[in-house]
Amino acid sequence: MLQLPGAYDSRAREGKRLTPDSVQHINIKIFVKDPSAIRLSDAIGVFHEWIRQSVCPEMLIDVADYEHVHDGPGILLIAHEANYSLDNREGRLGLLYNRKTALDGTFQGRLAQAHKAALAACDRLEQEAPFKGKLAFDRKSIEFSVNDRLLAPNTDETWQALRPELEKHFAGAKLERSGEPRDLFRVLIGNQD
Amino acid sequence: MKSSNSQWKTRLGDRIPPHLATELDAFEHEIALKKQGKIEDRVFAETRLRRGAYGQRYDNGQRADGATTRTLNYPSPNTKGPNTMWDAPGMQRIKIPFGGLNAAQLETLADLAEEYSDGIAHITTRQDVQLHFIHIEDTPSIMRRLAAVGITTREACGNSVRNVTACPIAGVCRTQTFDVTPYAKAIAYFMLGHPDAQNFGRKFKIAFSGCRDEACALVRLHDYGAIAVTREIDGQTKRGFELWVGGGLGPVPQQARLYDEFVPEEEILPVCQAVGRVFARLGEKKNRNTARLKFLVSKLGIDEFRRLVKAERELLPYDPRWTDYLKDIPHYKEEALKPPSLLQIGAAKPAGFDPWYASNVYRQRQEGYATVTIQLPLGDITAAQLRKLADISRQFVKETVRSTVEQNLVLRWVSESDLPALYTELKKLELARPLANTIVDVASCPGTDTCKLGIASSRGLAGELRMRLASKNAERDEAIGGLRIKISGCFNSCGQHHVADLGFYGVSRNKNNYTVPHFQVLLGGEWTHNAGAYGLAIGAVPSKRIPETVDRITGRYRDERQQGETFQAWIKRIGKAECKKMIDEFTAVPTHDQDPSFYSDWGDPREFTLGDIGVGECAGEVVNPVEFELVACEREAFEAQLELEKGTIDKASRMAYESMLHAAQALIRFKFLIAPEDPDKVVEDFRTQFVDTEIFFDPFVRDKFARDFLRAHEEAGRPRTTDTAHQLIEEAQLFIEACYSCQARMTAVPAKASA
Repeated sequence: MLQLPGAYDSRAREGKRLTPDSVQHINIKIFVKDPSAIRLSDAIGVFHEWIRQSVCPEMLIDVADYEHVHDGPGILLIAHEANYSLDNREGRLGLLYNRKTALDGTFQGRLAQAHKAALAACDRLEQEAPFKGKLAFDRKSIEFSVNDRLLAPNTDETWQALRPELEKHFAGAKLERSGEPRDLFRVLIGNQD
Repeated sequence: MKSSNSQWKTRLGDRIPPHLATELDAFEHEIALKKQGKIEDRVFAETRLRRGAYGQRYDNGQRADGATTRTLNYPSPNTKGPNTMWDAPGMQRIKIPFGGLNAAQLETLADLAEEYSDGIAHITTRQDVQLHFIHIEDTPSIMRRLAAVGITTREACGNSVRNVTACPIAGVCRTQTFDVTPYAKAIAYFMLGHPDAQNFGRKFKIAFSGCRDEACALVRLHDYGAIAVTREIDGQTKRGFELWVGGGLGPVPQQARLYDEFVPEEEILPVCQAVGRVFARLGEKKNRNTARLKFLVSKLGIDEFRRLVKAERELLPYDPRWTDYLKDIPHYKEEALKPPSLLQIGAAKPAGFDPWYASNVYRQRQEGYATVTIQLPLGDITAAQLRKLADISRQFVKETVRSTVEQNLVLRWVSESDLPALYTELKKLELARPLANTIVDVASCPGTDTCKLGIASSRGLAGELRMRLASKNAERDEAIGGLRIKISGCFNSCGQHHVADLGFYGVSRNKNNYTVPHFQVLLGGEWTHNAGAYGLAIGAVPSKRIPETVDRITGRYRDERQQGETFQAWIKRIGKAECKKMIDEFTAVPTHDQDPSFYSDWGDPREFTLGDIGVGECAGEVVNPVEFELVACEREAFEAQLELEKGTIDKASRMAYESMLHAAQALIRFKFLIAPEDPDKVVEDFRTQFVDTEIFFDPFVRDKFARDFLRAHEEAGRPRTTDTAHQLIEEAQLFIEACYSCQARMTAVPAKASA
C-alpha cells in the first residue's frame, strides 16, 4: 500500500480539522452512457463555438486538445473561473466541470453550483450537431472530486467530513470512495457499472 | 487561483532549503506589491520570468474567435507585465538540469499538473517541463512544492542561464568519452543565481555531450557547449572538454564556434564564469534581437572573443566551487536497483515486444543493463501516467529517469531480463509505443496552442503527421524510418527545425484576400554530430499540404537514394533547385469557396488570423501586385542559395541583397503605387515610411528585420565569406517574410469590438 505523501497527511495538519465549508475547487464529472460512438475531436469545434457565443456564465478563454494522450483530459474548454472538458481520465468518458476560482458560501452551495454547471453543459453538449443522437450522459452516474490535495487529501478524515454532505446533496444515491492515497479525494456516485 | 495558497508555506516550511524559502518569500512579496501597483510592469515581468512564469497566448486580453477579435474581460484590471493581464493564464517552465528526475519529483509534477494546470506535463526540447494555463498567484505554491522535492524554477526564463542540458544516456552510453552528468550538475548550480550571470542582455544556454558524433545534447546550437574529451598529459589521461561557444537558433541561426579543443575539467566552470562576464560587459543590452552571445562572438570574431575570455579568466578571484565537486567524481556512480541480467532470447515475450525492443531499448555500456525510451506524443504526459511511471521507476530501476531533447523520457539501468515485464507495465499506460528515434516521433514547440509568438499550429501539424506516418508504419520503413521531423510555430525555432532532416516553421501568406497558414520547409539539417549542420529554407507550403509534401520528399528519397546515402547527402546531390521543384506543386491554394479548410489551421477550426500575435492595422483594400513581387523576391533569395552552393559567393551575396531591396520596393509600391529605382532612395523611403513609423515592426523582434536590410545596404558590394554570405541569405529570407507580414498587417480587417 502506498503511503500518503507527508505534505498531504492529515497528521501533519497541526491539529486542524477539516470542515466541509473550507473545501473549494469542487469537480463534478458526469459520465457518458455509451462512449463508443463519440469522436472526441468533435468537441473542438463545439467548444470554439461556445466561446464565440459566450454560452457559459464563466469567462471562456481557449480550447486545449489532448486527444493524443491515453486516458487523458481529452478536450478542454478553458475558462477563468472553471474548465469544462470532455474528459477521458481512467478511460471513462464524461463531462468534467473543474472549478478553479473560490466561491463564497457553504460546501452545499459550492457543490450545487458545480453540479448545476456540469448538468447544464451536458444538456447543451447533447444538443450540439456533431453529438446529437450519439451522446447521452447518465446524469445519475457521477464522480465528485476536490482538486486540491491540501484542502481535501484522499484520506479517511476527508471522507468522514464530506460523506454526510454528499449524502445530503445526492440523496438516496450510492456513494463509494475511490482512488489511491495520491489521487484527488474522489467519490463515485450513483450508477457505477 | 487556489484557496489553499496561503497554507503551503507553513505546510512545507521545513522541507524547503532555507535559501530557496527566502527567495520564494521574496517572490510572493513582489506579487503582493505588484497587486498594490508598487512595481512597474516591466520590472515585474522580468522578475516573474526569472522564476519561470511565462506569458501565454491571449494574455493581452484579446482573442480572435474566427469572425471577430473579442476582448477577454479578465476580472482584475491589474497587469503582470506590459500589455499582459493579471488573470490571464500563463505558462510555468520548470528547469530539470540534465533532465534528471526521481520518483518523488514525477509525483509532484503529476500533482501540480492536475491541481494548477490542465492535467498535462509537457516535456520541452531543452529537457524542461512546462505547465500551461497557470494563474500567476498560484506560482509561489507551485514553486514551494517543487522546492520541497529539490527542483527550482529560478532562471527558467528571462535573461539568464537557462536549463543546463546533457545527453540523457550520459554515463550509460557506449560511445561516450566519460560521464558528463556531474559536470552538468555542477555548472547548473554554480551558475544559478551567480552574480556574474545577472546582467545578460539575453538568455544563455549550456549543454554537455559525452561524445562528438551523436545528437543527444546538440552542443553546437548552444551558447556554451562542452563535449567530453581526454588528453594524455605527462603519461596520465586527463579529462577535459572540447568547448564550443556562440551557437544558437532563432531568426538568425548560427553554429557555435570552437573556443578550445581542450579545456581541462577544472576550468570548465571558471571559463563559463569568464564567458558570462564578457557577455554581460560587451553583449548588446538595448536591442534584444542582437543580444545573444552568438552576435557578440560574430562581431568580435572568435579569436578576439577567446582573448577577452582568457584575460577575464585571469582576473577572476578564486572560487573553491570551481573544483570542489571534482573530488567526488571518481566516486560518482548512478546505481542500479537490480543485478545485471541478460534478456533470454528464446523466452516467451509479450505481443509487440520485439518492435519496441528494436526502437526503444538501448543496450548500456554496462553489460546486462538497458536504457528504455518512453516516447511521449508531442512531449505530453498525463498526471496519472506520471504517477504510475513513478511507481515503475521504483519497481524496475532506482528512480533513474531523465527527460530528453526529443521530448521523451528514459528509464536507465533496467536489468535486461526485466524488459518484458517493464514493457507490459508501460503498455498498460500506453507508454510503450515502438516509435522512439523514428520519423513518427515528431518534435514540436507549443506553437499557436499556447505561445504568444506562434504563427501557425506546430502541434496541430505534428499531431497530424504523427497520425498519418504511424498509420503507414513509417517507423518501420528502412529508408525513412530513422529520419527526424521537427516543427516550430514561428521563426524563433523552439522546435529546433534547423537541425531536422525535415524541418518546418510557421509563416503566413495572403491569398485571395485571406491570410493562409503556411510552413516554411527546411531540408538538410543534421541532427547528429551534436547538430552538425543547419538546413536552409526552400519555400513555403500551405499548412494543409505539408503532409503531402512530406510524403513526396520521403518517397523520392526512398526511391532514389543510392546505397548507404544519407538523407543529407541525397539532398545535397539533387540540389536545392530540385528540392524546390518537389514542393512547388503543393504551393497552390484553392479559393475559399473551393476548399475553406486551407484557411484554418490543423486542430483549430477558426478562420486563420495573425491577429492573436500582433495589433492589426488597416490600410483599406488589398492591392495585389505586391504578392507577385514578394514571390519573385523569395525566388531571388532562393537563387542566391544556389549560387552559394556553387561557391560564387559574391553573386550569392548580391542576389540576396537585391532580393531585400526588391522586397522593400514592393512594399513602397504597395503603399504609394510608385517606388524609386535608385537603391539609396529605396532605402531612404523605406526608412522614413516603414521604419520611422514602425509600420514594419514585427510584434516580437521589433525592428530587427528592418535593420538587417539597412545593414545589408550599407555593406552592399563588400566582400563576404561563405559564412557571412550564408547569414545574409538567411536575413534576406526573413526580411521577405517580414514584408509579407507587414503587408498582411496593412491589409488586415480591423478588429471589431466585441459585443
